[in-house]
Amino acid sequence: MPAVQETVDQVRSLDVDQYKYGFFTEIETEKAPKGLNEDTVRFISAKKNEPEWMLEWRLEAFRRWLTMREPDWARVSYPPIDYQDLYYYSAPKRPSELSIDDIDPEILATYEKLGIPLRERDALLGIASGGTKVAVDAVFDSVSVATTFKEELSKAGVIFMPISEAVREYPELVKKYLGSVVPVTDNYFATLNSAVFSDGSFVYVPKGVRCPMELSTYFRINERNTGQFERTLIIADAGAYVSYLEGCTAPMRDENQLHAAVVELVALDDAEIKYSTVQNWYPGDKDGKGGIFNFVTKRGDCRGDRSKISWTQVETGSAITWKYPSCILRGDNSQGEFYSIAISNGRQQVDSGTKMIHLGKNTSSRIISKGIAAGYSDNTYRGLVTAHRKATGARNFTNCDSLLIGDKCGAHTVPYIESKNSSAQFEHEATTSKISDDQLFYCRQRGLDPEEATALIVNGFVKDVLQQLPMEFAVEAQKLIAVSLEGSVG
Amino acid sequence: MALLDIDNLHAKIDGEHGKEILKGLSLKVNPGEVHAIMGPNGSGKSTLSYILAGKEDYEVTDGTVTLDGEDLLEMEIDERAAKGVFLAFQYPVEVPGVATMTFLRASLNAQRKKRGEAEVSTPDFLRLVKDKAAHLGINQDMLRRGVNVGFSGGEKKRAEILQMAILEPKLCVLDETDSGLDIDALKVVSEGVNALRAPDRAMIVITHYQRLLNHIVPDFVHVMNKGRIVRSGGKELALELEANGYAEYQQDAA
Repeated sequence: MPAVQETVDQVRSLDVDQYKYGFFTEIETEKAPKGLNEDTVRFISAKKNEPEWMLEWRLEAFRRWLTMREPDWARVSYPPIDYQDLYYYSAPKRPSELSIDDIDPEILATYEKLGIPLRERDALLGIASGGTKVAVDAVFDSVSVATTFKEELSKAGVIFMPISEAVREYPELVKKYLGSVVPVTDNYFATLNSAVFSDGSFVYVPKGVRCPMELSTYFRINERNTGQFERTLIIADAGAYVSYLEGCTAPMRDENQLHAAVVELVALDDAEIKYSTVQNWYPGDKDGKGGIFNFVTKRGDCRGDRSKISWTQVETGSAITWKYPSCILRGDNSQGEFYSIAISNGRQQVDSGTKMIHLGKNTSSRIISKGIAAGYSDNTYRGLVTAHRKATGARNFTNCDSLLIGDKCGAHTVPYIESKNSSAQFEHEATTSKISDDQLFYCRQRGLDPEEATALIVNGFVKDVLQQLPMEFAVEAQKLIAVSLEGSVG
Repeated sequence: MALLDIDNLHAKIDGEHGKEILKGLSLKVNPGEVHAIMGPNGSGKSTLSYILAGKEDYEVTDGTVTLDGEDLLEMEIDERAAKGVFLAFQYPVEVPGVATMTFLRASLNAQRKKRGEAEVSTPDFLRLVKDKAAHLGINQDMLRRGVNVGFSGGEKKRAEILQMAILEPKLCVLDETDSGLDIDALKVVSEGVNALRAPDRAMIVITHYQRLLNHIVPDFVHVMNKGRIVRSGGKELALELEANGYAEYQQDAA
């Protein structure tokens, strides 16, 4: 297993702290004044040259948010967030929307360090050496700094651009779909996002088009005390197909940073959307200092008949994770899938899972969740499967496995199942296991050291989910798993 | 110099009130030799195999063990493996989701790396496994399945011998390899073991019954009871034990 080997080498070459994306880029930025009020919302909207309707939409969200309370039902604890002590907008000073050559070389260097080529010719070189083609939208703090392969995509009719541009260029599409899956009033963090979101990706795949390459967004929080509130909207029109990847990192900092994103997916008749995430935000140090607070609302709407939405996530980062990528199975015969690997180590707290809401006839959903807890961490799976009274023939299969490494961590499973239709068939399987001393002894007797043995056993545990990821991501994820578990044994 | 030299080994179960299990065991094993260790249940046979492999549940309180003159007890578990100690488990452990093939390769390369050798290339590795697996009646399907997951008793033991054949250890310790095997499986496994007998390789075959020793014929037989070797002899000793049982040794020691 070369990937495991490589990882172990990589881990060893790093010093005490294994988070390798923890660097900070020195760059001049332009920020909104600290704090949050209507002026902040107006500032962001003005920066983006937004039309009046967009500003109104934001202000409405903001006013709503003022009346809401932060949710406290998740199995996570953290000090109160001072929403007035944050910057809500931070952008690199040099304009970058014109061409790749106008991007600050520091930013290009940052993405290169992260292994994300923003120059198309570099990306093409990568393809020559065996990779597949991936179009990237890079979001740096509050703005999108580059989107690659735009022209080639537009030939196929695919729109892939920063959402701030889409608001200006395709207002009808944005108006029609923005907030149609996650309403402005949905929850505290989604409402906050609606008021202050600064950028993110917009994808529209027209009728019958199979998107010719993987689309990808890479999020990077750089600036201190800055919240990142990105907004992603993906629409697959009838018969379309798109596969979308999301990655993210942040510098190591002693204070916590807030990330509250919203992702909305819409699949019309016979359309399919595959959304994969490798979440690697800074998790904080070994004593739980610093790290990203990740409060994310992700939801897909299988609006058309026979449509399909599939979420695959590998969660290794963040100090706090609060995230439930869900599917609304509205169309008849629509399908929803959720494949998840959530790893927590150190003092990380994860409360993650999914919701499968069966509304249409003969809808089916599948949930495979693998939680791995090590160190002093807490890892909760929280899931809801529900069948509406008209959802005749709804089917769900849920498999939820937890693996504990060591005896100071916790794994929790909180499944909710509600069926209002007697023909629904819901199955739920769950296991909790420990990496046993016997397994470690057996592997070590064959020559593997404790870290290699743990990586091998964990990779075996998550295999079902890794297989769902696009190839390059699977290799990346496999490495990430081993790095995340560094120091969890012995 | 003996390959393995155990001198006056005392060991107890780890912990404050751990029971003493080995009470002054001595044994010398030279390259090329096959030693059988027989004895009643609870005599400490399996404990000996675990201590040689380095399992952490035991504490050595006295005595020494050397491998090629080096202090074996000072080495980590995986270091011992890389130096050529292989334990065929009585109860092989399941590792779900990790294909047997992947496991074999990870193990072999981990050992080679520790010895400063290059990794085996993919074609060479595949050829090696195909060849060895065929002799043990292990098909491709078994190699793709998770390590020991859903294997029958016989399949598990054959898989252990396959690992042994691939890793080419210097010292093979077979812990009750015959347990749970029917006569046909016993034959296949024994043939696999016999094929690995070599002038530079030694084996310690731990068994309760003489049956296995009809197939794997030992050079020496030792009777173990209450934590030490109480009698040693040639292969005929096994037949005598088969006829008379362990009763006389248990009385002697009591």
